[in-house]
This record gives sequence, structure tokens and C-alpha cells, in this order.
Amino acid sequence: MTTASARIILICSGKGGVGKTTLTANLGIALARLGKTVAVLDADFGLRNLDLLLGLENRIIYTAQEVLAETCRLDQALVKHKQQPNLALLPAGNPRMLEWLTPEDMQTIAGLLAERSDYVLIDAPAGIEQGFKNAAAASKEAIVITTPEVSAVRDADRVIGLLATMDVRPVQLVLNRVRPKMMANQEMLAVDDVTDILALPLLGLVQEDERVIVSTNRGEPLTLEANPSPAGQAYLNIARRLCGDEIPLIDPSKKRHGLRARLINKLRKTTGLF
Amino acid sequence: MTVLDFINHLLRRQKPSGTMARQRLQLVLAHDRSDLNPELLDQMRREILEVVQRYVEIDIESCDVSLETEDRVTALLANLPIKRTREFPLPSGSSAFGGGPSARIAVASAETNVIGGPSPSPATAPAETGESPAASQP
Repeated sequence: MTTASARIILICSGKGGVGKTTLTANLGIALARLGKTVAVLDADFGLRNLDLLLGLENRIIYTAQEVLAETCRLDQALVKHKQQPNLALLPAGNPRMLEWLTPEDMQTIAGLLAERSDYVLIDAPAGIEQGFKNAAAASKEAIVITTPEVSAVRDADRVIGLLATMDVRPVQLVLNRVRPKMMANQEMLAVDDVTDILALPLLGLVQEDERVIVSTNRGEPLTLEANPSPAGQAYLNIARRLCGDEIPLIDPSKKRHGLRARLINKLRKTTGLF
Repeated sequence: MTVLDFINHLLRRQKPSGTMARQRLQLVLAHDRSDLNPELLDQMRREILEVVQRYVEIDIESCDVSLETEDRVTALLANLPIKRTREFPLPSGSSAFGGGPSARIAVASAETNVIGGPSPSPATAPAETGESPAASQP
């Protein structure tokens, strides 16, 4: 249990549906598996889903709102994960709440969580409006998650600009839903394209993986598994890199997939036609 | 990618969509991140007018090319009133014709500068030097 050294990390994307909440859930479990105490805070109380991905939806009684109003203690509101008791969830509020919490409220909550955790992961709401800004105000550093699609990268760029003005740093990048074959065939933005455009260090690459859907259906993050699927392994690697381990990243856009792709790549290089 | 896609690539020399995505993103982010500097915008404006003038006669004085931002979306808006289309497009390059319209713009601004006073409107300036019907409009 640390206090001042707790890392308060915002997980954000701008665009919705690129994998913020999935990353928060999996990263939380992965860090807990590495022996860290982790608090995950769902800052998106209008459309909260982190409870669902963690399989904790039936165990929420209080939220940060009650903690702030002092109608309950923090440890009453925190929902511990059964399999990984190092991980606890705190929803910022419930969907019936009419008002956003203030940036100060979020800072207070994050501060309380930091007192009892090694890592505080804040799952930001989509968009760049007040809900996002409140969550960013409470964070020290950030992970921006995006997919290799123009709309997601553009929105990520907006978020990165805002984080810079709010003095949140360092900001690292996770590239989600990567399709290695499409990248090798240049039918998808390459890893280098995205990191060059966004000018952020790459914390992790997560392949498109059907297991993500299955794990969401069950409310069991992939990183709980003893032998995780490719995406699960990628999330575990992200957790270890966050902790300072050096794990090499393999760029699928530079991989060769079979004879045809190799031929195409060779043609592209030699002719420069397409 | 199917074999058919591959053949299409060879035949049409189509760019892979990943490359297109990168180029489109770079362009749109350039707009998103900063306002275009006015000098460059002016240069772009002049070049756009030159190209358009090779194909149609336009009313230079009421042309408007500008960047407009609304709800975090920036657009390059060009309002170029067409007087008439040219029968044959003029050749590209400034030597044959390109000097014409750009020179006219230059003359217009130079004369108003020289005269300085409020009397000559830019619209009348090219009419004095002008030889083309485009310039004879009041």
C-alpha cells in the first residue's frame, strides 16, 4: 500500500467503441495478477460499463457520489474482484445522476483511491466534453487507446492535444484491434503511421481477437486466464511494460505473411507504383 | 486481399487503402491542429485561381477562398463566380498564360497601392490596364 507514489492513469480515446473499457478491465486484472493493488474508477457514469466487463454489475451498492456525500465509507463503495482481490472497482456515479461531478470531486476521489492503491486506472468517458475533462483533471498520466482507423486516430489526436494543455504526462499509446494481415498488405494504417502521426510512444499492440467478445459476454477479462489468447497476452504485456519491464513489440505491418504478400510487398518496393 | 483485388491493384495502379488513410489523416490533422498561416493560404488561393482560370473565366474581384471552422471542423471554401467557360482549356504553366491573371491581380493591388487614395476601387484598376472582356466589367 503506497500513498504518494500511486500512479493515477487516465485511459481515454476520444472516439467511443475503440476499447477503453476493455483495456481498463484487462489492465486492472493484469496489474493485480502482478501483485499490485489496483483501483479502477469508471468515470463514465452516464453510460457505465466497466462493472459489466469485470462481472461486478450485481455487486454495486454505492458509488463515488455517496462517498463524496459521506453517506458511506470508501471501503463500502469499493467492489472487490473475487478472483483478484487486489482489484477494486468504484463507479463514479449512477446513470440517474443529473449533474456531472466537478473536477475537484474527481480529484478528491482519485486521491482517496491513490492512498490505498499502487495503481488507479480511470476509465474516461468518450468525447472531449466535461466528463472527459473532469477525469483528466484527476489524472497524472494517460494511456490513449486507438484503432488503426482514420476516425479513431483523428479523435485520439484531439484528446492528445487536450491532455497536453492539461499537463497530463507521460501519455502513451495503445493500438487496438490490429489486423496483421491487412497491415502487411497495406490495407490498414501501419503501426508506424499511427505512432508518427500521433507522436506518442507505443505501450502496446492488441490484435483483433474474437475471444474479447466471449470474455465480455461472460464478464471475465481475458487476463484472468492462465493461458491467455493473443489479445489477453497483449494486455498482460502492457501491464508489465507499465511496471517497467522491457518486452519487445512486434510490428505486424513489417511481418511477411506467405508468398503472395511477400510478392506484393516486393512489387510495391521495386516499382513504387501502388 | 483476394487474388482479384491483387489483379485490380495491378491493372488500376490503385493505391492501397492504408496509404490513402495515412494521406487523408495527415491532411485533416493539419487543419485540425492549427489554422493555416495566412501567407500560405494566400499563395494557395492565387494558385487555385490560376488553375481554375485555365478552364473558365471567373470574376476575380468577387472570388473568395477561405478556411472556415465550425464545430471543430475546418473547410476550405472557394466561391468562384464563373463568367463563362473557355472553349479550349489554356495550357498549364505560367509562361503561356499564367502570368495573365496573376499579373492582373498584381497590377490591381500595385495600382491601388500607388494611387493610395480611396477613389479607385480594385475593380476599376484592371479595367484601365485591361484588354480582356473579363476586366471591362465595372
